[in-house]
Amino acid sequence: MNNLIASTAVKARELTPEEIKEIEHEKTHYPYAQAVGLEALKIVQKYQGWVSDESLLAVSEYLDIPPDELEGVATFFNMIFRRPVGKNVILLCDSVACWMLGCDSLNEHFKKTLGIDYGETTADDMFTLIPVPCLGACDRAPVMMIGRETYYNLTTEKIDEIIAEYKAKG
Amino acid sequence: MDKPLTKNIEIGRAPFDFKQYEAAGGYDSVRKVIKMEPGDVVNMVKDAGLGGRGGAGFNTGLKWSFVPPPDGGPRYLVINGDEMEPGTFKDRLLIEHDPHLLIEGMITTCYALQAQTGYIFLRGEYTICEERLLQAISEAYDNGMLGKNVAGKKGFDLDIYLHTSAGRYICGEETALLNALEGKRANPRAKPPFPQVSGLWGRPTVVNNVETICNIPGIVANGVEWYQNLGTGDFVGTRISGVSGRVINPGCWEVPVGITFRELLEDYAGGMQDGYELKAFLPGGGSTDFLMPEHLDLPMDPGAVQKAGSRLGTSLIMVLDDKTCPVGCIRNLIKFFAHESCGWCTPCRDGLPWVEHILNKMEEGTGSLKDIDILDEMTRYMGPGNTFCALAPGAAEPLQSGLKYFMDEFKAHVEHGCSYN
Amino acid sequence: MVKITVDGKVLEVDENNNLLEEVLSHGEDLPYFCWHPSMGSVGSCRQCAVIEYADDEDTRGRLNMACMTSPRDGARYSIEKAAQFRAQAIESIMINHPHDCPVCEEGGECHLQDMTVMSGHNYRRYDGKKKTHTNQYLGPFIGHEMNRCITCYRCVRYYKDYAGGTDFGPQASHDNTYFGRWQEGPLESEFSGNLAEVCPTGVFTDKPFSKHYVRKWDLQTAPSICASCSVGCNTNPGERYGTLRRVVNRFNDEVNGYFICDRGRFGTGYVNSDERIIVSMTRDSRDDNPVLASPEEARTSLHSMMGAIGIGSPRASLEANFALRELVGPDNFYAGVSSAELGMYKQILDIYRTKPVKVARIKDIEASDAVVILGEDVTNTAARLALAMRQSVKNEGRKMARDMKFPDWHDAAIRQLAMDCKSPLFILSPYATRLDDVAAQVHIASAEESAKIGYAIATAIDGNAPGVTGLSKESQALVKTIAEALKGAEQPLIVSGTGSMSPALINAAANIATALSDGEKKANLALVVPEANSLGLAMLMEESDRALEQAFACEETHAIVLENDLYRRAPSADVDAFINKMEGLAVLDSMKHKTGEAANLVLASGTFAETSGTFVNYETRAQHFYSVFKPVDSIQSSVKWLSDKPLAEVTADCAKEIEGCAAIVGLTPGADFTVAGMRVPRQQHRYSGRTAMRADVDVHEPKQEQDEDGIMSYSMEGVPATRDSTVFNTAWSGGWNSNQSVFKFQSHTGGPLKQAGHGICLIENIASEKTYNEFEKAESAKGDYQVFPLYHLFGSDELTAKTPAIQEKATSGYIALNEADVAKLGLQASDGVAVENNGSVPYIVRSSIQPGTVGVSVGLEGLNFRNLPGAVSLQKAEGWTSPGSWNAANIIISDKSVAAEGETA
Ligand SMILES: Cc1cc2nc3c(=O)[nH]c(=O)nc-3n(C[C@H](O)[C@H](O)[C@H](O)COP(=O)(O)O)c2cc1C
Ligand code: SF4
Ligand code: FES
Repeated sequence: MNNLIASTAVKARELTPEEIKEIEHEKTHYPYAQAVGLEALKIVQKYQGWVSDESLLAVSEYLDIPPDELEGVATFFNMIFRRPVGKNVILLCDSVACWMLGCDSLNEHFKKTLGIDYGETTADDMFTLIPVPCLGACDRAPVMMIGRETYYNLTTEKIDEIIAEYKAKG
Repeated sequence: MDKPLTKNIEIGRAPFDFKQYEAAGGYDSVRKVIKMEPGDVVNMVKDAGLGGRGGAGFNTGLKWSFVPPPDGGPRYLVINGDEMEPGTFKDRLLIEHDPHLLIEGMITTCYALQAQTGYIFLRGEYTICEERLLQAISEAYDNGMLGKNVAGKKGFDLDIYLHTSAGRYICGEETALLNALEGKRANPRAKPPFPQVSGLWGRPTVVNNVETICNIPGIVANGVEWYQNLGTGDFVGTRISGVSGRVINPGCWEVPVGITFRELLEDYAGGMQDGYELKAFLPGGGSTDFLMPEHLDLPMDPGAVQKAGSRLGTSLIMVLDDKTCPVGCIRNLIKFFAHESCGWCTPCRDGLPWVEHILNKMEEGTGSLKDIDILDEMTRYMGPGNTFCALAPGAAEPLQSGLKYFMDEFKAHVEHGCSYN
Repeated sequence: MVKITVDGKVLEVDENNNLLEEVLSHGEDLPYFCWHPSMGSVGSCRQCAVIEYADDEDTRGRLNMACMTSPRDGARYSIEKAAQFRAQAIESIMINHPHDCPVCEEGGECHLQDMTVMSGHNYRRYDGKKKTHTNQYLGPFIGHEMNRCITCYRCVRYYKDYAGGTDFGPQASHDNTYFGRWQEGPLESEFSGNLAEVCPTGVFTDKPFSKHYVRKWDLQTAPSICASCSVGCNTNPGERYGTLRRVVNRFNDEVNGYFICDRGRFGTGYVNSDERIIVSMTRDSRDDNPVLASPEEARTSLHSMMGAIGIGSPRASLEANFALRELVGPDNFYAGVSSAELGMYKQILDIYRTKPVKVARIKDIEASDAVVILGEDVTNTAARLALAMRQSVKNEGRKMARDMKFPDWHDAAIRQLAMDCKSPLFILSPYATRLDDVAAQVHIASAEESAKIGYAIATAIDGNAPGVTGLSKESQALVKTIAEALKGAEQPLIVSGTGSMSPALINAAANIATALSDGEKKANLALVVPEANSLGLAMLMEESDRALEQAFACEETHAIVLENDLYRRAPSADVDAFINKMEGLAVLDSMKHKTGEAANLVLASGTFAETSGTFVNYETRAQHFYSVFKPVDSIQSSVKWLSDKPLAEVTADCAKEIEGCAAIVGLTPGADFTVAGMRVPRQQHRYSGRTAMRADVDVHEPKQEQDEDGIMSYSMEGVPATRDSTVFNTAWSGGWNSNQSVFKFQSHTGGPLKQAGHGICLIENIASEKTYNEFEKAESAKGDYQVFPLYHLFGSDELTAKTPAIQEKATSGYIALNEADVAKLGLQASDGVAVENNGSVPYIVRSSIQPGTVGVSVGLEGLNFRNLPGAVSLQKAEGWTSPGSWNAANIIISDKSVAAEGETA
């Protein structure tokens, strides 16, 4: 019952062939289209960095899942970004083991060096800092992830090196 | 000592590929199981006494036995690899370093359950696990261990799919996990009906933890007696236990069930770091009650730990040292649970933020003694049975035991705020 | 039934219900939020906690949610012992709830207030900041104040799970959970208004009501019947200071249950409209200016119109029509509808009388497990029935659940188990309808083809039913599928009606239902008619075929038109000719319209809200509506204008005179009815300002107004419904100020009311002989495009369309075409279409329409459906600009469509 003549100002963007290909692949894994909704949002995010309204609507139309249903799912999960993020998303673990081993001071360090607090993005759109619950590497705390990469046993010096690498990559 | 879970694991080296894994005795259990009656496999696992490793410790074979007889419709095995319990990092170890063990366990289990589809629900942040699992699954297909007629057994068809999650601790709760897998908001479901009867898409489904299923190949290949002899004393099997916090050698290891906390802490983790003393520890993840140094000689067994007023949980212990504030530690945990509450039921959704608010006040020294009474009330309000799922009762555990063991520190916080650096 | 003990009391309870319903049914007070009698349990709010004891030895017991508990025989429970937990639950729910009760519209009828008081929580200990949210614009009907939300999930469970809406839902999580749309905008569901009643506090509110808000206890109310379609939902409108403020649902287990549609709830603003006729006017000739007539003058003029014919109305009450018939004499009384329409109404009465079918109540519709809809766009013509059909498809899931021993109330588990297994629902329609999303199969076909398929289905079920020839392969397959599904069902339901304006279709529906009848077992049949009293009018016409065509052709030169704008019912030219012929034309109505403009005498009649009477709904259920408030003196009920007798006598005469109507005298407890010697009060005991509210006019409190029509008084004196609810307006019970209190008046929660009646079906169907109608091929119309009607819940109905809130959801007249025809006609997005016999109108493209057919909006401004023959020619309109009231965004449809440009956003 998806009844739109002109009820929304947002227009769906066109999905790219890569996105469609991956969504189609996921579809083969599940007997119901709804199950692919979250997967498709992740795929879109992988390519676009975040899930814009236009992207959400695109997925909605492609899979015939009402946008409100998708929005409910997208906003439920932590790792779907419904707002723009920087090129590199830093996920800093702030759960108990990392806390005991000083993640708060790392957060302070990011504030000082990159000028961003949790939820913020650097002016050059290079980095967004987000706290993440326990990353399951408590034996190597403190821990963070940037993109798909995990970094262990962090110190402020180590962080400086890592950030410098990302900056160098551009 | 046999280490069926970690025998192929060597940190620093790439995990075995299919051929190497097979050469090391891998997939034997599949070859064996297809000659058995499914019901016999279920009984075998039940008799082995394997308890679930996801935290609750329920007898795995018994859980399987609740699945109704096949009716021609689909049945599912779902692997719980969400692992977001603070302080827990064992499933990551197993998958990163020996993905084929999980696949083998799943095949064997699906045979027992007569399920045609298995899903691995993996935490999205476990990117290395994801890559290695995809590789292993594809190798298993290529080598006839998945797809049509698995291992040459006519009519035994099996597909395994990997689903990576998008963050949220509640997805680890088995029914919330099923909702997430269906692409819905991951609120838990009411039980009954249990997933074994009406699970994924309303069909019979078994949800098991990664480590639980990694035990299956060994049990099926080597038998019940072998498995039972792996434990120490009266206890059966091995499990992955570990330590985090200020110890000399944090990590996790496969240990016989029944060793004491002291052995784990001192022999495996090398004891406390210099200058730090053990103040207390969480025996099995963030949702277990604190235990104190006097409990160190308890065997790491669910029953024994329960008697001491806590839960073994995931059996990865978190050490609280004397230089770390217990109130702050609890506050960190509560903040986590409050944020991870799914928002479905009242005590958890609205109770935890209140607790967090009070602990924040304590930190700043703006709390009151009345607040401590409220905290105490809250632990009972969010207790087992009062909420829709076990998240909130779990969250209440470190708080209630914290109030029990560290009341002086709470009171001190009321007056002065936190005095740890 | 099992025996349980609750706090020492032994109760006999139904083990198939949950413990919460059962203890409520036994009069206990147990708080709850997330449970709803129509929506079942999900156990999220944790408010209904009780202690359950394992056995006699158990002293501690365990805490359980009553709504998720099946009562166990012999078990012991305690409500008392869980009191502390419930108080805690309320306390934590309230930590973010604003203290805005004084300015909150829910205040005074707020379930949250009631439950908070009931649980004993009265002192705030939480000293942190409250969460705040931004609110959304949700359209003209529903206000949104998210800060008040207590996250009980009732709104989504109602809107999505119950009513099938897709444009609303929960967002985010933990204590930040939000209920709204992904983007601001009007709610699309036709049933959105129920949110205001389903929400236990003031998050979703009735927006038109907000504009002239008063507290519940300051509203003067009376039991009423919705006048906006033929379903006859029971409502409870409220008035203050001479204006109608709002309409809420009035529970009737056989009709609307807990829910009404948005037309019924929000469509009554016309009562307060500027277009009301509030004084009577007269003039000698049509060229003169009308002058004011006093009520006496107007009445005298009316009664001196010797030899006038009377034209009745399907939207006027049975009594008003009867009074006109009495005044002019039966031979001079004409039904105010076309003979084709009158024919269909009578055809329906005949079917109900003579065919072995069960006339389907809403309750029956909900219980059906296979449905076929023949050419009726139920969502737009009889919306409440569509909501019931949405429930019927869930029966398959319930069946599956029962097989697995899940109780019926276990809502989430049943939905989970059923997934997309639904009881079959088949739709045959010339265009995609708003029920397609739950349909097993939708077949796009003309009324004629649908009728043929219907006949063939009957034949496939019973070989004795007359067959048809010339069905396509595809249609034959469909026939087989539908016939199998209906045969396999325990409670099959056939739905059709006058919407397609095809008698053959109605006969086809009757044939199917007849074919399914098997001794005692009869199929449900629901035949929709257009208006609140269409069938009542038809009953008056039992021995007469006088319809509009006959009225237009008669010799008489004087006519009295009752509550009827003839221009909406016949081709404009025919009406013009008739009116020109008339030397004297009297019109009684509440609203100005074109027919009234041409009259010599206009009499100011009351609306449903200011008058009493009887409507006969689509099932022939006669229901009495009581006037809610007394209009100004110059406005009178049509009955009073037309007759010298009090209403009760008119009703009694009608009952005597008109065959089949005898029962209508039993609809009220009788004109002499009093409770403790007093009439039934329309005002609550707390009604405030009674002496002050007229102080600007007169400081003396006037004598209490009596209602000469009936048994209620415009007063607060009398015995409140809590003690005698024979005449049941506002539900209220000590400690239960919200609409939830209705359970106190039910025989068991969700069940029938203990006292108030639920109307009487005038045709008691007892036929058992299977007789069939033969297929009669209608003469097919000649022309380029075969016309079929398109209905709009908002706008197609004459009176409700004059309500501001409805106008915001409506649009002007338009046509709908298939893409291919648009191309053929060379239409650009911004073009209009010149319609033969009508002016030019906007168009939309709908993929589900067959080429060569055109959908024509009914009742919307700028397009008179009755002007059009069965087929028309269309042309691109030159030099056309779209009318200001054209608003394509308001056309809510279910097939893919492309909007024509020129729409206003
Ligand atoms: C809030 C919550 C989070 C949980 N998270 C996990 C998890 O991350 N991994 C897991 O295996 N079990 C988790 N569980 C336990 C599961 O619900 C379930 O008991 C388990 O997956 C069953 O597997 P097992 O029988 O093999 O232990 C969680 C439970 C709760 C209540
Ligand atoms: S306890 Fe309730 S709110 Fe918390 S996670 Fe479980 S279901 Fe959700
Ligand atoms: S009414 Fe029972 S939990 Fe909400």
